[in-house]
Amino acid sequence: MRIFLNDDMHEVAPGTLAATLETLGFGGRKIATAVNGRFVAAPARPRTELADGDRIEVVAPMQGG
Amino acid sequence: MSSSSFYGVELKSRLLLGTSRYPSPAILERAIKASGAEVVTVSLRRESGTGRAGQAFWSLIQSMGVRVLPNTAGCHSVKEAVTTAHMARELFDTPWIKLEVIGEADTLQPDVFGLVEAARILSEDGFEVFPYTTEDLVVAERLVEAGCRVLMPWGAPIGSARGLNNVYGLRSMRAHFPEIPLVVDAGLGVPSHAAAAMELGYDAVLLNTAVAEAGDPVEMARAFALGVEAGRAAYLAQPMEPRDMAVPSTPVIGKAALGD
Repeated sequence: MRIFLNDDMHEVAPGTLAATLETLGFGGRKIATAVNGRFVAAPARPRTELADGDRIEVVAPMQGG
Repeated sequence: MSSSSFYGVELKSRLLLGTSRYPSPAILERAIKASGAEVVTVSLRRESGTGRAGQAFWSLIQSMGVRVLPNTAGCHSVKEAVTTAHMARELFDTPWIKLEVIGEADTLQPDVFGLVEAARILSEDGFEVFPYTTEDLVVAERLVEAGCRVLMPWGAPIGSARGLNNVYGLRSMRAHFPEIPLVVDAGLGVPSHAAAAMELGYDAVLLNTAVAEAGDPVEMARAFALGVEAGRAAYLAQPMEPRDMAVPSTPVIGKAALGD
């Protein structure tokens, strides 16, 4: 299925947010996530099933003012 | 010098420093040390599966032992700001959030209507909100009603280095909210601006660009620390009232009669 991660399209196997993040190289990283504009806490990622067309946001710490 | 308290956290330094726009991570690290800041602002941005910039930045901040105040910079809607705040709380493991809801692209002026709404939602959800606001007293009152126990009025538009655009408004705000910690956030350019804010009785200042984009950010960080300290000391020392006419500082009595 197709998902969009930070606006980039990826073809991935159906699965959870946690599994998809692992596949795309985010395993063990300090990140926060949202799916379709809704915050998904880290403990909820393994039980969050993704659907075709989902839009995932992955953010990391960054400099800020 | 007395400490300030933000949501029950006592701080000795009254300078809160942003971490953005420095020439290098090494200069950022030295500037934070030179400023004496115990709180630095941070943000969150998209990162790719192969990028490591965010992880490296976080390691640097953690190694410095400072407290972080995450922001919702760049958010233009309540929904965006609230979701960003939730992500920040998890990522940085703190209930503190510098709440920005931007309403105008040229001045980065806060959307005070969205700000109050987002502040209420987040306060009810256990966040400790530091709202980036204007000096408008009615908005400030609404923010306090929404649960904010700190207010952060702008000095001038973010990154403008114009100093305190509305001294009267900032003074009124201090007088109106004697018990609420007040922080001038944004628009400061030089240490005298910070000193002026502190002389008004503000509890702290928050700045970023004035240090990061100085020719020597480390020296400017030190200079701002001195400005903040001088302004605070002057406030505690109770400055004299300005007056219109001259008053001789040297006593007139006993002056030698040398004229006609």
